[in-house]
Amino acid sequence: MTSTAFSAGTPIKIAILAMGGQGGGVLADWIVDMAEHAGWWAQTTSVPGVAQRTGATIYYLEMIPEAAVAEAGRAPVLAMMPTPGDVDVVVAAELMEGGRAIQRGLVTPDRTLLIASSHRSYAIAEKAAHGNGIADPNTVISAGRQAARKFYCFDLQALADQAGSVISASLFGALAGSGALPFPRDAYEATISRGGVGVEASLRAFRLGLEAAERAPREPALLDLARPQAEIPAASGNPRTRALLDELRGFPAEAQPMLMAGLQRVLEFQDAAYAEEYLAHMRDIRNLDGQFGGPARHWALTTAAARYVAVAMAYDDVIRVADLKTRQSREERVRTETGVANGQILHTTEYMHPRLEEICGTLPASWGRAIEGSPRLVRALQPLFRKGRFVRSSGLTGFLLLYGLAGMRRFRRRTLRHQHERASLAQWLKLISDTVHHDYDLAVEVVNIRRLVKGYSDTHQRGTSKYQRLSLAASQLLGRADAAEQLRALRDAALADDHGSRLDRMLDGLLGRPGPINTEPRDAS
Amino acid sequence: MAERSFKKEVRQLRIGAGQEFRGEGILAVTKGLLQSGVGYVAGYQGSPISHLMDVLADAQDIMQELGVHFEASASEATAAATLSASVMYPIRGAVTWKSTVGTNVASDALANLASGGVTGGALVIVGEDYGEGSSIMQERTHAFAMKSQIWLLDPRPNLESMVKAVEDGFQLSEASSTPVILQLRIRSCHVHGRFIAKDNQRPAFSLAQALEQPARDVNRIVLPPASFLHEHEKVRDRWPAAVAFIRENGLNERFDGEVEDIGLILQGGLYNGVIRALQLLGLADSFGNSRLPLYVMNVTYPVIGEEVLDFCAGKQAVLLFEEGQPDYIEQNLHAILRKAGSATRLVGKNPLPMAGEYTTAVMRDGLQAFLARHAPQCLPDLEPHAPGGVSPQPAATVPAAAAPALKEQVVSFRRKVPPAVIDELGKVVPPRPAGFCTGCPERPVFSALTLAQEKLGQHHIACDIGCHLFSILPPFNLGATTMGYGLGASSAAAFNVPAAKRPIAIMGDGGFWHNGLASGLGNAVFNKHDGVIIIVDNFYSAATGGQDILSSRAANKHRSTNNPIEKAVRGVGVKWVRTLDRTYDVARMRATIEEALTTPEPGPKVIIAQSECMLNKQRRIKPLFRQAVKSGQRAVQQRFGVDPDVCTGDHACIRLSGCPSLSVKDSGDPLKEDPVAYVDNSCVGCGNCGEVSHAAVLCPSFYRADIVHNPGRWDRWADGLRRRVIGFLQARRTARLQRHSL
Repeated sequence: MTSTAFSAGTPIKIAILAMGGQGGGVLADWIVDMAEHAGWWAQTTSVPGVAQRTGATIYYLEMIPEAAVAEAGRAPVLAMMPTPGDVDVVVAAELMEGGRAIQRGLVTPDRTLLIASSHRSYAIAEKAAHGNGIADPNTVISAGRQAARKFYCFDLQALADQAGSVISASLFGALAGSGALPFPRDAYEATISRGGVGVEASLRAFRLGLEAAERAPREPALLDLARPQAEIPAASGNPRTRALLDELRGFPAEAQPMLMAGLQRVLEFQDAAYAEEYLAHMRDIRNLDGQFGGPARHWALTTAAARYVAVAMAYDDVIRVADLKTRQSREERVRTETGVANGQILHTTEYMHPRLEEICGTLPASWGRAIEGSPRLVRALQPLFRKGRFVRSSGLTGFLLLYGLAGMRRFRRRTLRHQHERASLAQWLKLISDTVHHDYDLAVEVVNIRRLVKGYSDTHQRGTSKYQRLSLAASQLLGRADAAEQLRALRDAALADDHGSRLDRMLDGLLGRPGPINTEPRDAS
Repeated sequence: MAERSFKKEVRQLRIGAGQEFRGEGILAVTKGLLQSGVGYVAGYQGSPISHLMDVLADAQDIMQELGVHFEASASEATAAATLSASVMYPIRGAVTWKSTVGTNVASDALANLASGGVTGGALVIVGEDYGEGSSIMQERTHAFAMKSQIWLLDPRPNLESMVKAVEDGFQLSEASSTPVILQLRIRSCHVHGRFIAKDNQRPAFSLAQALEQPARDVNRIVLPPASFLHEHEKVRDRWPAAVAFIRENGLNERFDGEVEDIGLILQGGLYNGVIRALQLLGLADSFGNSRLPLYVMNVTYPVIGEEVLDFCAGKQAVLLFEEGQPDYIEQNLHAILRKAGSATRLVGKNPLPMAGEYTTAVMRDGLQAFLARHAPQCLPDLEPHAPGGVSPQPAATVPAAAAPALKEQVVSFRRKVPPAVIDELGKVVPPRPAGFCTGCPERPVFSALTLAQEKLGQHHIACDIGCHLFSILPPFNLGATTMGYGLGASSAAAFNVPAAKRPIAIMGDGGFWHNGLASGLGNAVFNKHDGVIIIVDNFYSAATGGQDILSSRAANKHRSTNNPIEKAVRGVGVKWVRTLDRTYDVARMRATIEEALTTPEPGPKVIIAQSECMLNKQRRIKPLFRQAVKSGQRAVQQRFGVDPDVCTGDHACIRLSGCPSLSVKDSGDPLKEDPVAYVDNSCVGCGNCGEVSHAAVLCPSFYRADIVHNPGRWDRWADGLRRRVIGFLQARRTARLQRHSL
């Protein structure tokens, strides 16, 4: 047998990783169309299936010059799927999909040019977490820097939005700007124009993507994930707030930004007197902190308490919600977010569901207690609050209702809810103080369990119930060497599900308790 | 109206002989049907052949011109039974569906068809939903071909071979009086490629002719004694006829290579992958020139013994690439070689894996192991290459004189990314399960069911096939089983005993009309089933791409739509029926589910939850809306939002919804550690998030924004007044707040 003769020509291999509905198919079709017009033989395949519905999917392309095909005298045989280690270009339409490409071995340092949009489209597990479930984007960026021959990473979704187009167009631009493919810019633009749909916007997005790729640094920088900090103003015109500021400056520097944020919150929540109360609580904590080892621990107790004492004092009640919903800044924000143009009219409708508990909470304490204490009244009134309400906050009636409610701020100190919150705050502060005398780290954790108290109605009730279970656990843990660690673990467990079943299991295991304090947080009306 | 329109692409179906066709595999197959003079086509949609049905639906005009009849069948069983038109008459017919699930449904009709045999060519085109992206159990169509004696084609995955397989399939069917299955793998269906077309053919014998001159032959009917004769006929006449046809027409292909004592045998569909595997080891080029000889089985059933023996002659070992299990072909080849006393060693499922998709990497590893054992001299040096020295950048042009001794570059697969990096990624890269689309009307049904279960406790939930099956995944995590399309209610049948809780079954409108009406509802009525059956009616067969079905609301000039599900349900005798025509009303949905679970009424409790599939609705109304705005008409657009300062970052709303447009973002508030909910621009204003927060009493942070385009004079006047009053009050309060703010 004669020896097998080989023909020259190696295809360029491109993998596109996208989520269903992101337009990965459009991008693949554009590349094929461009290649075919430029005299290349191109093939693309995909496995849409159920991935079309928001799942992750891969489009795969190979292309080889027609000249090579003519030389070989037979059609090329192109692969139907990417092979790890054998991909020239990977385009990821979202950051974590870029990570997935690296994970699957499609990106190799000697070979692959990786283009990944740095924006995030959070997966359901990240969004549904009780606390913060968002994955660290910098893990992907640093992996990309090690895994790719060249790595382009910037927010192509933002560029597409800016151009009023979709991400496939800005990705196509980044591909052009990266110089990964042997086609001139005109070839790309002509391809978009041939498509005939939304050409102008697509071209705008294409150019933005292209320029961004051309300007891109040799290696993408890590994202700055620092959270915003409140800035401390130099001065204040109002003598009362000036005094508050002066006092704040006397606190340890580590705690000042959080104290500032706390101060701002309680001020807008109520008034200057309330802010003075806040600082008084904080003064006590700072003193305890200084006494039991704070300076060596970066004033961890004071810093943690600066946040949660403010959150506890500025609780979410009907008055505060009504206030937030009727502010001028809120209206402006809604206008920007919804993109209302000049000449268009915006209406807003609020989805609210106050229960009888919230109403009683807003009444003067004695009235609220009287209603809550009378089964007959509860029975008579409850049906009124069984349904959700739609409040048209952009209409005069709805606005005035909310505005009036917000104005009840001045009576807030007399409401039933305030009494409840004040009692709960006092109890918690006492627990912190009692704990810090014996175990500093545990005291910090006692502060942090306050994170569980949030939300409204049922959510609030569930959170409070978990918080109460944890406060009790904290006093029982006191004296154990690993108390702080255990309480932290319990807090994480409390964030694992709605009703705190995992928390209860852990508590049973840890403290050998027969059962949870409250297994049915849902209100049985 | 299907999700994807092929109106533009189907123009290519008209091109004539000598013209080049470029496009998707599915479209090429359709062109192949027309070139073969097909008389009728039918089928049931489902990935990966949904597009074939959509192409056919969009090509109705062309088909009518050619005299080709097209039916959108009620099920795969219907489609298979449709082929009976080719039993007595010389009419070519083709049907299509997703396999193996569709073949399961069709198998009764297929077995009857195969027993009696056919006169006109009968072709079953199956989309083999196997491997990555598949949504079904991983099984092989091969078993059906074997048990009913239907020939199975698995052509090389390029358009030319696929179109040729259509033409060959009809001829083979006619030559052997046997139906033929043309198996297309998932990627072949969607591959973009090219082939040179032929002219379309009108069917030689029409369905009308058949109706006007009916024929019958009792020997073709599956009844004793004919059925006993059929079995003998299959082995005595049809098998040899098929073998002769396949050999004479060279349906299977042989490619020679310089190495003579070993060879590769493969299913046609794996050809491109095998060539790439060879290429990665430096044993082939990009054009299929291989150093190892190949025997490509474009017909995987029957196996042609003579061809196999001929290929194996003089070889010490051959490697068989056969994807999926059981290893039917391998067993078959062993029998052939053993009976013939061949000394050639056959290697297959070891070193290649018994189960799972044969990706290029898997095949390369198997090939490498095979060569190391049986022909180590063929293996290239596999030491890792120096960085940068692996693959030259492909040149846009080819050197004028390519050296004849050109060797392919070996690609080394040592993973060069540090394993620690991959491990770290494993911790952050989240899974992305499929889920309901933005604004999907099925989401509120499952939010309501979740809330109902919070009150009445967890129930046994039997699921079905369809978009609604996404309720099994996060965030809903509902449902215990899924037994097949339209079998939701049937799969709760055993739970018809007195108990403190009732079983719940889910069924979609697609599954309902596919078979659920009889197998689920009829069965429940007849057996006095006490459970709850929720029928999700989204106006389309949505999961397969939005095709019309009996209860669709669209006016379809080729089909009868607007046949309400409720009428059918009452027609089979269900007494307790509640139809909810707005699924987004979560509170009402929950109340209805709770009532169904607790009512003393006997018999099945049926809830029909109706709202239009949002994907299709948006496709329908978006252009209309844009048109209205453009022409200056008053039009209101709705979307939802979350107030970040009111939202506390508990994400209960997300756990009860999972809408893609309901996401999270940093609160921007130093006091709020957890990200807050956020509605992005893809929101279509369905209102589910607001309704859920109402029904579950969550939090008052949701708002609906109504944006009035082209407001009228009254709108503007009223808005002006409102904004003046509101603006005054807002300014007053802002001033007061600022007095003591920092």
